[in-house]
Amino acid sequence: MDYFLIGTSLAKIAGLLAVVLGIMNYSVYAERRISALIQDRLGPNRVGPAGLLQPIADAFKFLLKEDFTPGHVNKFYYWLAPCLAMIPAIATLAVVPFGSTLFGVPMVIADINVGVLYVFAIASLGVYGIVLAGWSSNSKYPFLGGIRSSSQMISYELSLGLAVIPIFLVAGQLRLTSIVRFQIEHGWMIAPFIGDWTNIGKWLLAVPMLVSFLVFTIAIFAETNRLPFDLPEAETELVGGYHTEYGSMKFGLFFLGEYIAMITGSAIIVTLFLGGWHLPLPSWHGGFHWAVVNGSAPGWRGIIGGIFNIACFFAKVAALLFIFIWVRWSLPRFRYDQLMRLGWVFFFEIALVNIFVVAVIVAYISK
Amino acid sequence: MPPFLFWFFALMTLGFGAGVIINRSPIGSALSLVLSFIGLSTLFLSLNAYFISVIQVLVYAGAVMVLFLFIIMLLDLRAEERRKINVVAFAGGAAVALALFVQVYRIIGALGAARQAFPPLRSGNTDDVRRVGLLLFANYNLPFQIVGVLVLVATIGVIVLSKRELR
Repeated sequence: MDYFLIGTSLAKIAGLLAVVLGIMNYSVYAERRISALIQDRLGPNRVGPAGLLQPIADAFKFLLKEDFTPGHVNKFYYWLAPCLAMIPAIATLAVVPFGSTLFGVPMVIADINVGVLYVFAIASLGVYGIVLAGWSSNSKYPFLGGIRSSSQMISYELSLGLAVIPIFLVAGQLRLTSIVRFQIEHGWMIAPFIGDWTNIGKWLLAVPMLVSFLVFTIAIFAETNRLPFDLPEAETELVGGYHTEYGSMKFGLFFLGEYIAMITGSAIIVTLFLGGWHLPLPSWHGGFHWAVVNGSAPGWRGIIGGIFNIACFFAKVAALLFIFIWVRWSLPRFRYDQLMRLGWVFFFEIALVNIFVVAVIVAYISK
Repeated sequence: MPPFLFWFFALMTLGFGAGVIINRSPIGSALSLVLSFIGLSTLFLSLNAYFISVIQVLVYAGAVMVLFLFIIMLLDLRAEERRKINVVAFAGGAAVALALFVQVYRIIGALGAARQAFPPLRSGNTDDVRRVGLLLFANYNLPFQIVGVLVLVATIGVIVLSKRELR
């Protein structure tokens, strides 16, 4: 038994969980404040300075409310569903490299060689929570919400899967740490021409990569049931959708599970397209060049470098979360048939054609 | 993988596999099958077959079973839970299963190799995605393409049949 590995893994799990749960709580706060800003309101500003203690008050409210189970539900599955909504979203984070190294320990919990496929596999289990919640509630609106959500998630999983294939074609790897390392050496996936400005092949590559990025990001919106794709819980049509019959912390798990899924989705986007933890800094030592900061330097510089990488990663995640929130309060909801047509007739085809375009560029021009 | 983990996941696979046929509610059966698949994928993991293991969850637990669950919910199969156990059919089924088990046991027992201790399983190469891909697209390219056409034909067939019903 390798006690060092087990000890550092447990420490990383605890640390990542603490950071992600913290981001989750404050993304709810950010959502309310930013929505208020967009709608010219004030938002929650009473609890603590600028309302910063509001998430803690909300958490206590969820925990202290009466935990009521309606009489007409299927009890076992009714209790199981909120857990199934939360767990896959958190488990996905296990393979995401959230930093370079800290004290010589790589900042990824499980560095497996099928990283991206693991993400899809675990994320595809997330639909069970919603489907079971809709079914076990034994009531009309939750059932409709559950059915909508399962067909929506299955449809957009296709575009999601197809949109990352260009990345494998370019990087030739499924391992997430290798994809990050590839991006450090060859430019980020969203902008492969950086550092190699005169290479026409890389400029050409940037176009399908941008398409891939957009399709992937939009599919993540659909997978996390965020507006404009939040049909499973469309309150104007379905009361509350799949969680209509839930209250107190069981509702809280659905509500917060959605934010965790957003954080996980953003982390995947950052890792695949936006260079992961990498942020080049300008350096003037012996002429201008871009310096890579990581945790490999000796002494305190390595420690600061490692912490800087982790901060970069979560800063990028936070920027994407802001876009998630911004979109939610800017766009109206789709109609259901529009949503399905968009997924099957538009994004699916675009992602498919994109694969061929990237394959041609990689095979004939970029080499 | 430590032996106790192997036993845990082997029991999980077999136990929930039995749960699929024992469970009276179709939803319970479907979810048992999902858990059985997850146990199976963990056993693949212990052989370093990461790709097969992840695909097991992605395809079966994540896509196929969701569709199963979907259809079970739409059909509302409450009658299944209320149906009484038919004793004659149960006994007949048990007898057939027992006969099959005895046959398989005797055939395996007659094989010389079955009496020796099983050689320990070697863990495979960790770059299994590349190896599976190379095998599939180099050695078995034609069968792979034929399967692709077959699936396409089936897909078109399903669409044609479902459209005809609508009219």
